[in-house]
This record gives sequence, C-alpha cells and structure tokens, in this order.
Amino acid sequence: MSAHISIENLCKSFNGAPVLRNVNLEVKASELIVIIGPSGCGKSTLLRCMNGLELFDSGKICMGSITLERHEGSKTGDLNSRLRSLREEVGMVFQSFNLFPHLTLIQNVTKAPVVVKGMDRKTAEEKAKELLDKVGLGDRIDYYPSQLSGGQQQRGAIARALMMSPRVMLYDEPTSALDPSLVNEVLQIMRKLDEDGLTQIVVTHEMRFARDAADRIIFLSEGEVVEDAGPERFFTSPKDPRAREFIRSYL
Amino acid sequence: MRLNDSHKARLLFLALAAFLSAQYISASAGGELRWGGDSEGGEPYVFPSPRNPREIVGFEVDLAGLLGRELDRRAVFVQNQWDGLVAGLERGNYDIVLNGLEVTEDRRRRVNFSIPYYATYNQISVRAGTDSINSIADLKGRTVGVLQNTPAQRLLEGEPGTKVRAYPGQINAYDDLANGRLDAVVMDWPIAIYCHKHYPGLKFVGRPSDLVQYAAAVRKEDTQLLGQLNDALRKLIASGELRRIYEKWGIWNSETEKLFSGDGASQAALEDYQESATRRLTLRERLGQYISYLPVLLVQGAPMTLTISTLAMALAVGLGLVLALMNLYGPRPLAWMARAYIEVMRGTPLLIQLYLIFYGLPNAGIRLSPLLAAVAGLGLNYAAYEAENYRAGIQAIPRGQMEAALSLGMTRAQALRHIILPQSLRLVIPPVTNDFIALFKDSSIVSVITMVELTKVYGQLASSNYDYIGIGILTAGIYFLLGLPFIKLARWAENHFAFDKRVPAPARRRWLGVGAKPAMD
Repeated sequence: MSAHISIENLCKSFNGAPVLRNVNLEVKASELIVIIGPSGCGKSTLLRCMNGLELFDSGKICMGSITLERHEGSKTGDLNSRLRSLREEVGMVFQSFNLFPHLTLIQNVTKAPVVVKGMDRKTAEEKAKELLDKVGLGDRIDYYPSQLSGGQQQRGAIARALMMSPRVMLYDEPTSALDPSLVNEVLQIMRKLDEDGLTQIVVTHEMRFARDAADRIIFLSEGEVVEDAGPERFFTSPKDPRAREFIRSYL
Repeated sequence: MRLNDSHKARLLFLALAAFLSAQYISASAGGELRWGGDSEGGEPYVFPSPRNPREIVGFEVDLAGLLGRELDRRAVFVQNQWDGLVAGLERGNYDIVLNGLEVTEDRRRRVNFSIPYYATYNQISVRAGTDSINSIADLKGRTVGVLQNTPAQRLLEGEPGTKVRAYPGQINAYDDLANGRLDAVVMDWPIAIYCHKHYPGLKFVGRPSDLVQYAAAVRKEDTQLLGQLNDALRKLIASGELRRIYEKWGIWNSETEKLFSGDGASQAALEDYQESATRRLTLRERLGQYISYLPVLLVQGAPMTLTISTLAMALAVGLGLVLALMNLYGPRPLAWMARAYIEVMRGTPLLIQLYLIFYGLPNAGIRLSPLLAAVAGLGLNYAAYEAENYRAGIQAIPRGQMEAALSLGMTRAQALRHIILPQSLRLVIPPVTNDFIALFKDSSIVSVITMVELTKVYGQLASSNYDYIGIGILTAGIYFLLGLPFIKLARWAENHFAFDKRVPAPARRRWLGVGAKPAMD
C-alpha cells in the first residue's frame, strides 16, 4: 500500500513570527526521511503539523486518501474529524516518550486499540506481546513506565504507536532525552522497521544514523527547506551554504 | 419562650451583637438597673418600635421601667443574644434578665428567679383547614415546630412519635407551617397571638395546657437585689400597674390573673423549691453526667452529621468534576457558566445559601425537607471548591500526555476518560480529603435550618446544663474520632493509586486478576 505523502506550500506562524515558510515535501512509500536543522528551524513544528497536533495557517497536506487544506484565515470547521482520521494513519513518537505512567507497559500499548478501534482485549494483548517482543521488551510487559529505563520507555512508545498499524511513523527527536549508551537500542528498532518497509520521518541530531539509514535528508533553515538530497550528496557536497555550515559544526 | 426573629441570616448578626454587648461590659453602676434581653426577638416582648426602629418597646420594656422606678434606679437595656442571656448575666454584662425567660429547673441551678411576673401556656397553631389536631396528644406522627431550648421543645420531644423541629426564630416556624412543611407549631401564647396577625391562614386549636411562667433572673450572689425585685413586683401586682401593662399589650390572661391572686402557700412552696434546686454538682456527679450524655450525642447527633457530610460530599465530588470539565473543555458559554457558578458559590456565604435554599425556595414552589436542603446547600457549595481541585489536578498533568493520547487516535473525551482523569484523580485525593474534613465540621451550620446534628445536640445539652466547656470538649472529641476513618481511607487510596511506587508490578497484576504471564521467565 502506498503511503504517498505530499506537503504543498505549508505556512505557519506563531504570534506573527513565521515558523514554516512555504514548505514543500514529497515522501514515497517505505522511505526513511531524516529532517535536520538548527534548533528553532521549525522541524518539530513540521512534524506536529503532519499529525494534526499543530494547525497550519495555509497550505495542504495529503496523506493517502486524507487531505488537509487551509487557506489564510479559513475556519477550523469540521477539521476535528479529519484530524482524527489523519492520526489513525500516522504514529508519533515523542522526545519525552509520554508513556502513560498510570498504566503498565502492556496496558500502555493496548489502551488505544481497545478504546479507539474497539479491539477486544485478548486480541490486543496478543498483538501487543508480539510487538513488545519485537522491540525487545517481551519480559517487561507488566512493568510501569517508572520502572523502565529511558531506552526501554522509548522502545515501548514505538510499540504503542505501531499498535495502531500506522502507514507512517513520525519521530520527534526520539533519542535526545536518552543517555548516550541507550541511543543505539532505539535507533536499532527504527532500522529494523525500515527493513520491514515502513515509511518513517525522523527529526534527529544523530548524524551517523542520518548518514547510514536515511533514504533522503531534508535540511530546514528558518522554516524553509533549503536542502533535499540523498545522504551521500548531502554530507559530501551540500548546495546550500547554511547546510554546509551546519554539517561542518557537527563533524 | 425563645425570642429570636431569625428570618434573616441571624447568625451573621451574631458578631455584631457580641460586639455591641461587649460595649456594655462594665461594672454595673449603682444608679442604673441594667437589664438584659434580645431585641431581635419578636413582639410583644422586647423589639424595635415599628415607628422608630432605634427605640426599643415591648411589655418587658414597660416592666423594666416600672421596676427601675420602684428600685430608684434608671432602667438601661442591654442587648444580648437570647441563647446567652444567662451566661451574659453571669459574666456581669447586666444585673437582671428580663426577656420571657421561663422558670425551669435547670436554669435554677445557675441563677435565682424572682417571683413570676407573667404566666401563659403553650398554644398549638395549625392551618385553618386542619381538623384532626386538637391537643398535644393529636400531634403524634406529625411534624411540629417549636423554638429552640424552650419548655415546649422538651415537652414535645418527650412525646413518642412526634417529629419535632426546633427553630431559632418563631417567624421561620410559622412560615413553614403556612407553607405546609409543618403540621403544627407550639409556642408561648403571646408569641402566637402576635405572629398570627401575619398569617391569616392559621388558627389556634386546643385548650390552655402546660403552664409556663416568666420571671426575672439575677445572679446567685445578688440576694439583696432579688429581694428588692420581689418587693417591687408584689407592689406592682397589688397596684394593678402590671396588669395594665399586659392589658395595653393585649396579653392579659386568666393564667396571669390566677398567678397574681395566688395564695401565699403556693408561693412559699415555690421559694422552697428554689432553695433545693440551687445545690452544686460534685465532680463525680458531673463526670457521671458526661457519660450519660455520650449516647445522646452519639445516637441523636453523630449519625445525622455523618449522613449529611457523606451525601453532601458525594454531590460535591460529582458535580465538581462536571463543573471542572465544563470549565476546561466545554464550549465557551458552558465554560463561562461553570466559571460563574464556581465564583459565585465560593464567593458568597454558605449560611446565606442555606437560608435561600431552605426559606427562599418555597416561595418558588420548591420545598425541600431539612435533610435535602442541608445536603443540597453543602453539596452545591463545596462542588465549587472541588471543581477547582479537579482543575488543578487536570492541569498538573503534562501536556505530552494529552498529545500522546490524541496522536494514538483518541478523541479528547477518550483521552480525558482513560489517560488524564485517572492520573489527576490521584493528585486531587489530598485536597479533596481536606475539603471533606472541612465539610464534616461545616455541617454543623445546618442547625440553622432545623437539622439536629452533632453540634445542635451539643448546643441543646450545653445550654440546658449551662456547661459549654465539658460537653464541648466531649463533642469536639467525637468529631475528631468520626473524622479519623476518613483520613485513613484517603491515605490508603492515595497509596493504592500511587503508580510511581508500585513494586513489584508482576505480583500486583496477578493480584488484580488480569491474568498475565509472569515477567522474567
């Protein structure tokens, strides 16, 4: 199934200050896209627009059969129902994990399918165990989030998002809050999902991961896409001077 | 007899009254006869003149004037809450009490009474259409209003099967009789005839019974003053001047006539009785008395206090949650309404809210029983506080929780129900417990709408025994002990829902019976 994503002329500003300026982006099925850029460049905002946590001012986001389109000053109207169907297509992983602290790991993973999709608890638990096995947490299903390490929590959060069978996974700096020794176990999962053919869009500062795993790298600066290239070309011969400067500061 | 027009929020004036009476505390001057009474009481005793509210009138005002003349001292009126007239006398606020104070056995332990200056009886009032009530005996199974701490209250509470409601003021009682909340009212005849002028739909039934006598009260040590008062009263009775006062006020009756023509023998018997009733209790007798009060407090007071508090808290906790959710997530008009409710309910006195619910709503055709009115008043008031507790609890949950839930496809309502509220509820347990304890004690306020609960029982015992300290400590102890289990329960709930301290998780899960495979195998 194709998860063709296209973003056209996306604009957003906070209190008059533009955060996204006319962003255009095409993502093909099974691609792993890494978005990088200096802090404040709008990369998190772009990601949050793609699952409706942030409303954009104008532009268009198409994701499979769902289209979100807004013009300057248009009303929010019936947006809510379309946002929800958008979110069912998209899984989101947060920098701070955001596991539900009052639920055990397996409850964290099964809650949404039971509540949202009406899946029966047994089926949900079976599927959850499979996914938790996949992310290496098969022996932690009855632990509460506070009893897990950061890396374990983030892997649990990935399993929780996968549980809804999304066509696209969005990661908002998934390893930034992690102890360096725990970063790899999370990236490993994302590599595995890429091999399975899942479409993924990752905002990160992990340059090695970007270079090794990404199909394409998007470089954002001051709300604009200034570079869109394969990792080889991006890291060796970036066109834009800002991208060049950014890469130099990281190497 | 108990004079107290508390049609308005009477207790609000308590502080003012106390302040005013404090102004009068000074050693009683030789040239003055300072007499205590409650001008908030009704006609015809001591009350502000309808023509000039700053002037106090009434048959007892006239009587005080005559007594002053006889004693060659200027009569000076001292305002004091009727409840505390005897206590005020002991504290030296005034020299005598002259305000429809019935001669009763328990009062004699504290003060000396003059010879009675007036006699009357308990008058039964019913609605004009009532034919089935003609005597005290007919009140069985009926709901009857009386004034607090009067012989009528004691008399009727001794009648099995009669439901007695004690009111702080007579107007409230006659109001409730007129609007159907009561089947009958029993009060001293002079109050009854004056009140009936305002209630054309009521009528008197029954024959004069249960004599009550009013007398002036003086401190035990003021024997000289007592003698002077008795001499003066005898003179006023003999001269017919006292009778003329009563005739002027329209309360001359055959009982008083009999009293005034009474033979010396019965008077001597009375004085003899007075002698015997002045004995002080020993410590042992007093302790025995306290133990005998315990069942009264526990049986008559505590269950009602518990019932009112728990029902009101259930209402407050439920309604508070609805208000908080409306306020935080409702569309603008609903959010605004919730906000307005919260601000008004916590910004206005609970006491006034209770009065409005109990005495005001019947005008709109809504007549709540005292218990319902008490639960509604406390519950509606505390709901405002609980709503704010919930709001704090909900807003304390990090934004990421809501975002994670939304990103999983949950609606806002689902996210609230499954993710946000379960976390917030644990956070609000301590402040809600706090409020419950506060409500538990605040429930004592509902005695103003005739509910008899723990504090009311205390008040009745304390005033009839003139012992506010011993019984007060006893009652406070009961409150404390009754509250303890709830505090324990709240602490338990807090720990039970403390997800960040749950170890070991696997054991807990099996205990909950969810049935999972043990971890680490």
